Amino acid sequence: MGTSTAMATLGLDAHSLSEQLGSLAQGLGIERWDLGAACSTDTSVQVDRGEAKQLKGAQRSAITVRVWNGDGLVGITSTSDLSPAGLARALSGARDASAYGNADDIPAFSPLATAPLEPLDQPLVEPRGILELLDTLREAERELLSRHAAITTVPYNGLAQRSSERLYLNSAGACREQKLTTASLYLYARSEEEGRKPRSSGAVRLAYGLQQLDVAGCIAEAAERTIAHLDYAPIQTGHYTCIFSPEAFLDLIGAFSSLFNARAVLDGVSLSDREALGSTLAVPFLSIHDNGLHPGNVGASNFDGEGTPVRRLALVEGGVLRHFLHSEATARAFGVEPTGHAGLGAKVSVGPHWFEVGPSAGSSGGASGLDRHSADGVVWIDSLSALHAGVKASQGSFSLPFDGWLIRNGEARSIEAATVAGDIRAVLKGLLGFEGEAKLTPDGLCPHVWVEGLSVTGDA
Amino acid sequence: MLALEGFDLSWRQRLEPLLAAGRAAGASLVEVFLESADHIGLLAEQDRITSVSPAFGRGAGVRVFRGERDGFVSTNDLSERGLLVALEQALGMLGLTISSSSLSGFDGLPELHDHALAKGDWLGACPTLAESTDRLLEGTALLDRHGQHLQARRGSYARDWQEVMVAASDGTFARDIRLHQSVGLTALAADGDHRASQGRRYGSSDRPDDLRQWDAQAAAIDLCASTQAMLHADYVEAGTYPVVLANRFGGVIFHEACGHLLETTQVERGTTPFADRIEAPIAHSAVTAIDEGLSDGAFGSLSMDDEGMVPQRTVLIENGVLKRFLSDRAGELRTGHPRTGSGRRQSHAFAAASRMRNTYIAAGPHTPEQLIESVDRGLYCKSMGGGSVGPTGQFNFAVEEGYLIENGRLGKPVKGATLIGEAKEVMPRLSMCANDLELAAGFCGSVSGSIFVTVGQPHIKVDAITVGGR
Repeated sequence: MGTSTAMATLGLDAHSLSEQLGSLAQGLGIERWDLGAACSTDTSVQVDRGEAKQLKGAQRSAITVRVWNGDGLVGITSTSDLSPAGLARALSGARDASAYGNADDIPAFSPLATAPLEPLDQPLVEPRGILELLDTLREAERELLSRHAAITTVPYNGLAQRSSERLYLNSAGACREQKLTTASLYLYARSEEEGRKPRSSGAVRLAYGLQQLDVAGCIAEAAERTIAHLDYAPIQTGHYTCIFSPEAFLDLIGAFSSLFNARAVLDGVSLSDREALGSTLAVPFLSIHDNGLHPGNVGASNFDGEGTPVRRLALVEGGVLRHFLHSEATARAFGVEPTGHAGLGAKVSVGPHWFEVGPSAGSSGGASGLDRHSADGVVWIDSLSALHAGVKASQGSFSLPFDGWLIRNGEARSIEAATVAGDIRAVLKGLLGFEGEAKLTPDGLCPHVWVEGLSVTGDA
Repeated sequence: MLALEGFDLSWRQRLEPLLAAGRAAGASLVEVFLESADHIGLLAEQDRITSVSPAFGRGAGVRVFRGERDGFVSTNDLSERGLLVALEQALGMLGLTISSSSLSGFDGLPELHDHALAKGDWLGACPTLAESTDRLLEGTALLDRHGQHLQARRGSYARDWQEVMVAASDGTFARDIRLHQSVGLTALAADGDHRASQGRRYGSSDRPDDLRQWDAQAAAIDLCASTQAMLHADYVEAGTYPVVLANRFGGVIFHEACGHLLETTQVERGTTPFADRIEAPIAHSAVTAIDEGLSDGAFGSLSMDDEGMVPQRTVLIENGVLKRFLSDRAGELRTGHPRTGSGRRQSHAFAAASRMRNTYIAAGPHTPEQLIESVDRGLYCKSMGGGSVGPTGQFNFAVEEGYLIENGRLGKPVKGATLIGEAKEVMPRLSMCANDLELAAGFCGSVSGSIFVTVGQPHIKVDAITVGGR
């Protein structure tokens, strides 16, 4: 293989896989089965002060087989071995596991597994050679380092590209296929000044291929964010009006998405219960939709793990909880249609795709004239960290470190180190309003969001 | 289920030509990591088994060095052709191509260093599915018996079996079998607007019988007591306090906030403040900290690391003085710190990196009561949750179960506390260590994936730390 050649892409053959599985299943007396399969080829590079740090490639394949036994109970097995022996082992493992299937919650094929899919506009981009990735990242690092004397290194960086395929098949004839290419870039710079603590910030970009990647925008944003935190001061502990950046608010909503998750509701670990639909969850001007099909959602899928089409779904409208996210089994339990948010497993998981947050139709979006550039005594939260540890989704509480600024008389000064704490229910009912236009981010679409009276712990 | 194919001595004939071809192409070192894995995960909710998830797979990671640079390719294709393609791709990343030259500078692999010899029956000796599900249901039933206001009860069990073979052109040729089991219970209690959730996890390595020996009764009683204590707790007031951290999982703070800064991956990146502090004081003189892969049955113990090296006992900090960094093959090459048997990876899909194993603060001379008695007004952290460390060393950790300390005595329970700080500033304030060192199993996610580790400490006292609250 030449040095500038991209790694070859593995291929999934839906027809062949279906025939193999069907034949093996028949031999094992299994009449009903489905499977999810994926394979990908990845290349990625990291650099360190102009030198290649690590060059990586990966060829991955994975398959999850689900079978129904004679008693109607379900078992699964996953494997990375797509050889005939691997498939046979997966089927026999799934059959063994089905003896322990949950008789109280038996998944079925999605009734929408053969329904028409919304087309996606996703160009398939030819992957580039790894040395081209390396040159691109080296240049990006060099450019970022040149933006400010205090930016000394870019310790966390990476440029990656992926070609992938995904399948859903079942013994009733459903066949979903998707091919996708993506490229991603992240640049996290570290700045150091004499007598001051080191600071760090960065930016991320996604696209369908290296050529489409907004490298210049990523460099500019990483530089701007890093420089904006150079001049910092500690903040006094207290209660503050907070302005969440679009990224930070989407992170918060995502961390508490069990509010909208029918699986979590049925399991008793959501703050919502079955009767919560139609109840007021937030201020009347808030709307939240899940829209995995939004053109800004790079890498979107138009079907979920059970083959159900993905669609735009209203979760909150006018502050009122409108719909839950569903798999086939939870939808059946609620007497509604699946919404296209399922995974594939022994216990089928449910999760959101991509949020759209903004003012409800016909509303002005809360208080008018909100402008962080003329605010006073307000905390502007740029990014939240440690969501895995600082969020108690089943309790509604959060305590999260953040990077941000304290705004005094319209002047923003970076906060040295602080955490913001609160309760998601109080946050949703304490929204003051939206500021500016919604911003497109990798996780969704959202404007800046003003929230009243959150507890901020600082070092002052 | 049908049996997985293992890695026997016949692999020598397939690996040697690969290593020779890589060296002949100009690589300074070629390493092949072969993996076969068999996993099962179980979930019990209330009094039902709701998920049985077996998974298995095979793969290889091929790593090639040319000087200090390296290229790494992973693949699920273990055929001769598949491995050759992976090698070609890894070489190509470094501008090298396989040539017809027979001058490889590779003398063949030595005798296999086989750590797996006595472990061949481990998988078969593990509990059957029927035994495992029964034990989990016993756990959730015990939660029901001992708990109050419980809205959700869960038990989970994971068994990970892994066979690995490592061959490298420097003469490394080793095989091992690893077995990790973990079992956990979680409970969510609700009473009106009050909610509390708590969890406990236990884990071991290389003990097929461990789930059978698990003390479900003690685990359930401990968890229910903790959940009950926190259900009606008030939020802690934010501020700066002296803090006493309980033993066992309290060690997660040292692991995250300081341990990661003592890995050579951080030295390479320039992200540790301790890079040039060997033999310099970086902590209070009360602190001695160790990382090792040797404790019998501990979750982070290994017979060999993922680069084929037998793990060492590495004293990181001795009486407050920095002694050693944890180093892997690349770390030794790029920073000069000698390897410590700490090259670890989640699977064949990751290149090994310097990672922790069983990491703990050594026991001190005090009793836990003496630590609490030394505090007028502070916080006792009985149970710690997760946390994170930022790129500039700032850490934060959630306190799952906390109590105020008032006039040297434990007071009322408080919730919502987060410990915030920086290792460089906090380590000198760690002034007292008790005599009750205990270890706890955990998972660590970092550059080479998620790995099994142990954290640990005795009760310790930090003289002042920022506590986030309401």
